[in-house]
Amino acid sequence: MNKAEDYAIELRRIVKRFPGVIANNGIDLKIRRGEIHCLLGENGAGKTTLMRILYGLYQPDQGEILVNNQKINISSPRIALQHHIGMVHQHFKLVPTLSVEENIILGLDEGTGPFTNFRKVRKRISLIANQYGLSLDPRTKIWQLAGGKQQQVEILKALYREVEILIMDEPTSVLTPQEVEKLFTTLRFLVKNGLTIIFITHKLDEVMKVSDRVTVLRKGKVIATIPTQETDKETLARLMVGREVIFCLKKNPVKKKEKILEVKDLHVLNDRGLPAVCGLSFELYGGEILGIAGVSGNGQNELAEVLTGLRKLIKGEIYLDGQDITHCSTREINKLKVAHIPAERIRVGIVPTLSVSENLILNKYFYSPFSRGEFLNYKAIKENAQAMISEYQILTPHYQIPVRILSGGNIQKIILARELSCDPRMIIAMHPTYGLDIGATEQVRQTLLSQREKGAGILLISEDLEEIISLADRIMVMFGGKTMGILEGENIDLERIGLMMAGTKYRGEKM
Amino acid sequence: MGWENWIISTFSRSLAYGTPLLLGTLGEIYSERSGVLNLGVEGMMIMGAYSAFTTTYMTKNPWFGILVAGIIGGIFSLIHAFTSITLKANQTVSGLSLTMLGLGLSGVLGKGWEGKPLPSTIPKMIITPLNSLPVLGPIFFQGQNLIVYFTLILVPILWYILFRTRIGITIRAVGESPATADSQGINVARVRYVCVFIGGILAGTAGGYLSVAYRPAWTEGMTAGMGWIVIALTIFSFWNPINGMLGAFLFAALYHLSFRLQSYISPELLKAMPYAMAIIVLIFVSRGNLQKRVGAPAALSLPYMRGED
Repeated sequence: MNKAEDYAIELRRIVKRFPGVIANNGIDLKIRRGEIHCLLGENGAGKTTLMRILYGLYQPDQGEILVNNQKINISSPRIALQHHIGMVHQHFKLVPTLSVEENIILGLDEGTGPFTNFRKVRKRISLIANQYGLSLDPRTKIWQLAGGKQQQVEILKALYREVEILIMDEPTSVLTPQEVEKLFTTLRFLVKNGLTIIFITHKLDEVMKVSDRVTVLRKGKVIATIPTQETDKETLARLMVGREVIFCLKKNPVKKKEKILEVKDLHVLNDRGLPAVCGLSFELYGGEILGIAGVSGNGQNELAEVLTGLRKLIKGEIYLDGQDITHCSTREINKLKVAHIPAERIRVGIVPTLSVSENLILNKYFYSPFSRGEFLNYKAIKENAQAMISEYQILTPHYQIPVRILSGGNIQKIILARELSCDPRMIIAMHPTYGLDIGATEQVRQTLLSQREKGAGILLISEDLEEIISLADRIMVMFGGKTMGILEGENIDLERIGLMMAGTKYRGEKM
Repeated sequence: MGWENWIISTFSRSLAYGTPLLLGTLGEIYSERSGVLNLGVEGMMIMGAYSAFTTTYMTKNPWFGILVAGIIGGIFSLIHAFTSITLKANQTVSGLSLTMLGLGLSGVLGKGWEGKPLPSTIPKMIITPLNSLPVLGPIFFQGQNLIVYFTLILVPILWYILFRTRIGITIRAVGESPATADSQGINVARVRYVCVFIGGILAGTAGGYLSVAYRPAWTEGMTAGMGWIVIALTIFSFWNPINGMLGAFLFAALYHLSFRLQSYISPELLKAMPYAMAIIVLIFVSRGNLQKRVGAPAALSLPYMRGED
C-alpha cells in the first residue's frame, strides 16, 4: 500500500440530526496517517459534531467509521481511547480543583486496585513531557495554570493514553500569538513522532500555516478536500462561506476628539476576592473605537462590569462626560446613555424565556411610553419590537416568541437593537462577534462603525485580534489587570500585541 | 471533683449524640462530592429508625435491626437517585419530597409501635483496661457502643478513599466536572448512584442507631431535625470527612451544654444556641469559599446531560 493511501480514519456518509437541524448530512472524510488535517468551516457547519461522533460523544444516525481500515462502532469515549483516538476540546475537559497528575490519570486503571502509584505516574509524565518538549509540574492544581499550560495538560493527557490520532477543537481560541506558535511547533513535533492530527478551526491563517490538507465543511456537508499547498486564503474563504468575502472594512478617519470616558487608577477585585484590575488608567474619546486586547482572565471582564455598574470597585475614579460615575448604579449609568453588549449574551444579555418584544425593552420598560405606573403599554412595546426587527434585520417568526429559540446571531442583533436605540454616548462591547457566522459578524461590525461615525465612544473588548486590529483606532493591551500600553496608527502590529499580551510593557518605539 | 465528672459526662454524651450526626454527614459528603444534593437525609434517617425498631422488636436482634436500617436507608435514597440522576429532576424538590415521604410513611406505619418496649438493644461496652485511663477512659471506653467506634474508624477510611485513591479522584471529578469525567470514559450516572446509595446506607444506619441504641424507643418524628443539621454540617465540613467529625461533635457538645446550663441562662436561648452556631459558621464558610478554591463541588445539584457544555 503506498503511503498516500494509508488512512488512519475513514468516515463514510455520516449523518447526524438534531431536533430541527441536520448537523452532518452525509459526510465522507479520509484522514491520512501522519498528517495535520484541518477541518475548516463556519460556526454551525458541523465540524465539532463530526468530531464528537468520532470521539464517541455522539452516535451517528447513519454512516460508518473505519479506524485503521477496520469498521468499528464508537459508542463512548472509552472505546475511542481504546482505538487510540483522543480529543482536546475547545473548552478544556479538566477538573480545576484537581492537580495535573490527578487529571491525567482520571479514568485510567493505574496502580493496583483503588490505589494509585503516584511515583510511577509522575515518572511517566515527566518522561513524556521531556520527549515532547512540554514542561509541567504534575502537582500543580489546574486552576493555577494559564490557558496555554492547561492545553499542554490536555495534550499530555492524550499522550499518556497512547493516543495516535489527536483531534484538536479550535485549540488557538484561548492562546496568545506566541502560545499559538508554541502549539504549532508541538503539533509538528507530534506528527514527526507518528501521530495524526485533526485540527478544527475557522481561522484561515491557521489552516495555511499548520495543515497538510484541509477539508471545508458548510452546512453539514463536505465542500472540498484540498492539499493546503494548492490553495490560498481567498479560495478557502469562498468555499467556507459560499460567496466572496470582503476582508477589509471601510473605515473613515476619526473625526471628533472630545473626552467621553476617563478612568483613573482603577482597582477591582474578582469573585474570589483577588485583585483583577490593578491601577488602570485610560481615556476614551468620542468617535473612536478603543480596542482592549489580552488573554481572557486578565481583568477585562471585571473592567467591563465596573464600567457598567455591575461590580463595585475598591479604589479609583470614573468620569463620563466629566461627571463622576464612580459609585453609580447600573441603572443610573444606563440612563447616561451607556450601552452594554455583554460577553455572555445568553446569561447576561437576554432573558431567554421572555419574548423578543419584552427583551427589546429590558432597559426602558420603566419609561413612557412603555409603561404608565405599574402597567405596561403593550401596543407601544409591539410597535417598538416591529420597528427594531425590521431595522436590525432580526430573523424571528414572530415578535412574541421566546428569545431562547433564536440563533446566536439573532440574539446578538436583539441586544444591539436594545442597547443602541438610545443613541449611546459610550458603548462597551465584549466579544461582540464571538460565535457568530460571517454574515452576522459583518452586520455587528458595521453597526459598531456606524455608531462610531455618530460620535459614540466605543470600548471593544475582544480576544479576536483580527477583529480588534480591523476595527479599533487605538489598542490597549491588558495583562495581569494592568495596561501594557496603548498602540496607535502604524505602531499597531500583531507581533508587538502578542508580546504585550504575554506581559511585556510597551514603551514608545523600542520594546 | 464535681467539675471533672461534669466534663466527662458532657464529652461522653456528645460522643453518643454526635455519632448519628457524623454518620449522616459522612454519607452526605459522599453524595455531594459526586454532585448530588440530597435533602432527604431526615427522611432516610427516620425510615432507618423505624425499620430498625420494628425489626429488632420482631427478631429480638438489634444488630439485625441496624442492618435492615442501613438497607432501607439505601433503598430509600435510590428514589432520589432515580429522580435526580436518571430523570434529571430538580434535586432540591426531589430531596425535600424524600424527607416528607419518609416522615409521613414512618408516621403512618409506626402508629401502633409507639411506647412498645424493645426486647434487646445495642449493648453499651466497657473496654478494660483502657477504661481506667484518667478522663479519656470514662469518655471513650465506658458506656459507648460498637456503632460509635465503627463510625470513628469510618472517618479516616472515608477520608483516605476520597483524597488518596483513584476512587476518590473519580468521585471528585464527577462532582466538579461531569463532562470531563465522561470524556475520560467514566460512567457519571453510575458513580453518582453509588455515592447517593452510600449516603442512604449511612443515613439509615444513623436512624437505626437512634431507635435501638441511643434512646431505644419509637416515637413519631424522633429524628427531630437531625437530618437538617447533617446538611449544615456537610457544608461546615467543606465536604471533608475529618472536618465533618469535628463539626458533628462540636455541635453535639453545644447541644448538651444547652441542657447543662439551663439553670443559669434562659433555656429557650440555649436551645437556639447550636442552631445559631450553625448559621454563624455557615456565614464564615461561604465567605471563605469565595477566596479559596475549597467551596462546594462545582457541579453540585446540577443534572448531567452529555453534549451540553
